[in-house]
Amino acid sequence: MSNAILSPSVPPAGLQDPALEIRGLGKTFPIGGLFSRQSVRALHDVDLSIGRGEIVALVGESGSGKSTLARCVARLEKPSKGSILLDGVDVLKRDRFQVSRSYRSQLQMVFQDPFGSLNPAHRIEHFLRRSLAIHHKGGRSEDATQRRLEELMTTVGLQADMLNSYPHELSGGQRQRVAIARALAVEPQVILADEPTSMLDVSVRIGVLNLMRKLRDEQGISMLYITHDLASARYLADRTAVMFAGELVEEGESLDLLANPAHPYTQLLVSAVPDPARAGSYDPIRRAELRQAVLASTHCPFDGDPAQPCSAAEPVRHHVGGPANRHWVRCHLYRPQAGSGGHALATEPVTAPPAKTGQPASNPTEQKTSA
Amino acid sequence: MTVSQVSFGSHEPVLDIKDLTVKYIGDTRSTTAVDRVSFSIGTGEVFGLAGESGCGKSTIANSIMRLLKDPAKIAGGSISFGGKDVLAMSPEELRRFRWQDVAMVFQSAMNSLNPVLTIGEQIVDIYTTHAGYSRKESLRRAGELLELVRIDPARLKSYPHQLSGGMRQRAVIAMAVALKPSLLILDEPTTALDVVVQQEIMAQIKELQRELGFSVLFITHDMSLMVELSHRMAVMYGGRIVETAKAQDVYTHPRHPYTQALMGAFPPLTGPRLPLTGLPEGVKFRDIPDLTEAAPGHLVAPFAADPAALSGTSAVQPAPLEGATQ
Repeated sequence: MSNAILSPSVPPAGLQDPALEIRGLGKTFPIGGLFSRQSVRALHDVDLSIGRGEIVALVGESGSGKSTLARCVARLEKPSKGSILLDGVDVLKRDRFQVSRSYRSQLQMVFQDPFGSLNPAHRIEHFLRRSLAIHHKGGRSEDATQRRLEELMTTVGLQADMLNSYPHELSGGQRQRVAIARALAVEPQVILADEPTSMLDVSVRIGVLNLMRKLRDEQGISMLYITHDLASARYLADRTAVMFAGELVEEGESLDLLANPAHPYTQLLVSAVPDPARAGSYDPIRRAELRQAVLASTHCPFDGDPAQPCSAAEPVRHHVGGPANRHWVRCHLYRPQAGSGGHALATEPVTAPPAKTGQPASNPTEQKTSA
Repeated sequence: MTVSQVSFGSHEPVLDIKDLTVKYIGDTRSTTAVDRVSFSIGTGEVFGLAGESGCGKSTIANSIMRLLKDPAKIAGGSISFGGKDVLAMSPEELRRFRWQDVAMVFQSAMNSLNPVLTIGEQIVDIYTTHAGYSRKESLRRAGELLELVRIDPARLKSYPHQLSGGMRQRAVIAMAVALKPSLLILDEPTTALDVVVQQEIMAQIKELQRELGFSVLFITHDMSLMVELSHRMAVMYGGRIVETAKAQDVYTHPRHPYTQALMGAFPPLTGPRLPLTGLPEGVKFRDIPDLTEAAPGHLVAPFAADPAALSGTSAVQPAPLEGATQ
């Protein structure tokens, strides 16, 4: 694709042989009636790789395409184009029509809603036993299966006697742990976790994040952590990728990305996170400018740098802070074409007047009320 | 229970709740959803009520509005608003009290708009019913109201489904402040919204609050958001308040283990990556005692100082994780 100009689609040194690699993935959904040719572009040209034992966070607002990406990778949706490489094998070519069992045993998904993803009619044991049986991971004897079940429960921090409980007897956090245990039962290399904590009570969320980190540390499982919560992405993930309107706009080491966000959309997201520790408070003019820059950027900070060409027509990736820093940002001049998936910024008309740069910054209230 | 009267603005509390107890009466057993809760909100003060789902925070909000329905029953305590006893109000008094004195933005309020009426008709309805304005006058004021929350007055003719979630939420907030109430109750006003939109809505509320000077009872489980917006806050657990203080004090020195767990649930955006511990699964606090003053204006329910009493809690020494560069 066109973003080969500066695209690090070849992973940088130290990250050879990624566990999961997504190349140029695109997905369009047809809309309108049976004979309609209209379509919505939910994903466009997404390149993302997850190294072995690496946790990558995918952040963005609702409608940005995060979950579509996960569903495509889990092969619950059929991607319109692009390729998915697991262990270097193009799975879309290998299993052209239907997902294979071996793919499922390598890649598992943890869903957002632990209340909906566990069948209320079965005991916890059923879910784990079924995973073990389908993928032949239960061992040869009943004893071995039983041991494995108890081991799984211990791994996710649950009592083994909960195997006999029904889902409704467990709290949300415990249910999500069961969902994680179910994914672990098949010994996957990659886990896709789609907002695994957003339905949980706040006091147990961090426990689930800690469990995910522990699994990575102890079993070397790679994870794609999908969230809209930047703070938890920073807490858990090694790298963070920001998605906007179906395209990745910025990616880098989590700490570096959130400390030095380069794309106006990332800056807008970061500035919107409530953080009592932050010194500066809400500046409406700055935010209106950022909003404007996201929707209609007029310049790119890398404009004029001969080493990093800009383009308004093609997505160009600029490196931020030197080549050793694995942090890139998409050129600000380039915007996704019309017809890409909806996002909150686009549906929300800019009700505030576009901030005039000449306006005195000392008078924010007047600027806001004069709308 | 003593409750700190440290308030911002005025020392005259707008809302004063004393020992409020609400029970849900069942056929065989009843549940105490709110247990002897006391707090007060001063004029122009933003008071936050934090806690997770099921802790009774929404029940308190509904008690203030007298919206509780069977099987919920206010079993004890008092709610006084500007010196008037809310619990003793007649239906006619309640009608005036609601919306004119206290307005409320409900959880997922954007879905509480009537889908078959335009936004304009719904706002006009407030003015003609409660304020007795003429239709024409009401329409003019409705336009002003939308401008206040930065929505184009042309949107008066729109139906709710034609607006985005953020705009609907703004419209609902505009309707809540239409009659210039002295107390606004916000029950999780931004839970269903994206972070960018949430930030804008909260900024909007802050700005309206500055302009119109109403007090706010702000209910959420998002501690970061609460600390940013509130002056004072209380943390609820199992129907009891376990800690109440100035928001900044709760943020910097949370004392109750439950408050600490809630705080730990929201990792910071700056500073080194420290391992956080949430509330371990299965830890329950029972028979929470009355609050005692731990520091000036900082009230905490006494708790077992022995961490072993909280089964599974290990005293984790915060040590930076890998890559703590920032």
